[in-house]
Amino acid sequence: MSPLEYIEIFVDESAHRVIRGNTVAAALLNAGVIHWRRSVSGQPRAALCGMGVCFECRVSIDGQPHQRACQIVCTPGMRVTTHVD
Amino acid sequence: MSIEPTLSTDILVIGAGPAGIAAAVSAAECGRRVLLIDDNPQAGGQIWRGTNIDQGPVSARGWLQRLESSNLQHINGCRAIFLADSNLLIADLHGQRCAIRFEHAILTSGARELYLPFPGWTLPGVTGAGGLQALIKSGLDVSGKRIVIAGSGPLLLAVAATARRASAHVLCIAEQTRAKARRNFAFGLWRHPGKLTQAIRLRAQSIGAPYSADAWITQAEGDDRLAAVWLKHGTRHRRIECDLLACGFGLVPNLDLAQMFGCTITGGAIAVDKSQRSSRQNVFAAGESTGIGGIDKALIEGRIAGFAAAGSADKAAVLLAVRARTQAFAKTLAKAFALRDELRTLATPETFFCRCEDVPLSAVRAMPNMRQAKLASRCGMGACQGRICGSAAEFLFGWRDTASTRPPFTATALSNLISPSIEASQK
Repeated sequence: MSPLEYIEIFVDESAHRVIRGNTVAAALLNAGVIHWRRSVSGQPRAALCGMGVCFECRVSIDGQPHQRACQIVCTPGMRVTTHVD
Repeated sequence: MSIEPTLSTDILVIGAGPAGIAAAVSAAECGRRVLLIDDNPQAGGQIWRGTNIDQGPVSARGWLQRLESSNLQHINGCRAIFLADSNLLIADLHGQRCAIRFEHAILTSGARELYLPFPGWTLPGVTGAGGLQALIKSGLDVSGKRIVIAGSGPLLLAVAATARRASAHVLCIAEQTRAKARRNFAFGLWRHPGKLTQAIRLRAQSIGAPYSADAWITQAEGDDRLAAVWLKHGTRHRRIECDLLACGFGLVPNLDLAQMFGCTITGGAIAVDKSQRSSRQNVFAAGESTGIGGIDKALIEGRIAGFAAAGSADKAAVLLAVRARTQAFAKTLAKAFALRDELRTLATPETFFCRCEDVPLSAVRAMPNMRQAKLASRCGMGACQGRICGSAAEFLFGWRDTASTRPPFTATALSNLISPSIEASQK
């Protein structure tokens, strides 16, 4: 097994160290972000299906809204913004 | 006018799980041009998620290695948007529109989990069973977390094994099926030696996590995150404090892609003939989307579909007997983990039935079918396009909504739909 390699991403402007290869959903949860969007009636929500089906984990990535956090792998310097929709 | 990138191939395989990899590799071996596309960041589907050539199960590594050394084109992060004509697919490739011209298509779209609504199922901390496994494989750290696993099917054991390997405390596994049905299933495994070994290994790895049959989730509690769950075990109710609930009620085939291609669906799966050909002459299908049966069925069906689509059906002949065994296993599986009626009454009138549009059960329960329910309440019209509540509605109310799949197949930028460069798309 290759040794773990770390990269830095930004979640709502604060820097977080994440393992290279992790998805944004995993990175958010590991960073202690419990929920990252509100439903249409205002309930807190986070990832459900983990495989791109349910769209519950939508987040804004590098200015692009409605990205599925579970299907996107973190890249160095990536900017993740929560609670935008 | 901008010209969008256009790819051209003999055989287009959609979905790079085990079935898609086997299909693509087999078709390429026959000397055909093959393009394999997948929505996920990496090949392997859900079962091999997070596996790479240096680590993971031997069979996974073997197939991923064959994929890498095959003479075929493989693109991740690529999603089907719509079919412009019967040989032209428009796709979203990392946010950009691209066109793919193909002679034959092989649909290996796999399965998703069945989620049923119960009070508290929308709380952060409640995930799918396979959902939690996928998140762990994607890097989620669950060490020291208290996890309850609930729902149905052999996947629950696999999830428990994954969670325990990742140093989580699996407090219990609640399997809804009756103890007798499960015992019969375990007993019947001797006919499928590979499965038996797998089952014993999973069981062994999850020892230390109490396993209960006849047990199911009734409620999740918490304010803005999960704090505890209620389980019903026979006639007893039990409250368990936990950090995560991983809950899934088995798998359902992903059919939306096949519906977009106009393939006939029978009994909740893509209908295929002996050579894995669908009702559309140039479209084949393999794996979980033709019926839930696990990895052995997916690999063998994938190989048969790959050979058949490449025009080398003779190469598939020797595989037919094996396929029959894996398909028989699929039937045993469905019977052993049939869902109990009590699961139809978990949700209260206030429980959200559609979690995209926050539509309570009370708003849809009296409707005659999914279409009417959609029109009256907006259920199934949110971001997931009914992929979650549509499957639940099938179990809860017997509604099968196969007529309403329309493009775009998945959410994409508006600019990807209005690109002017293809005449065919304007037909």
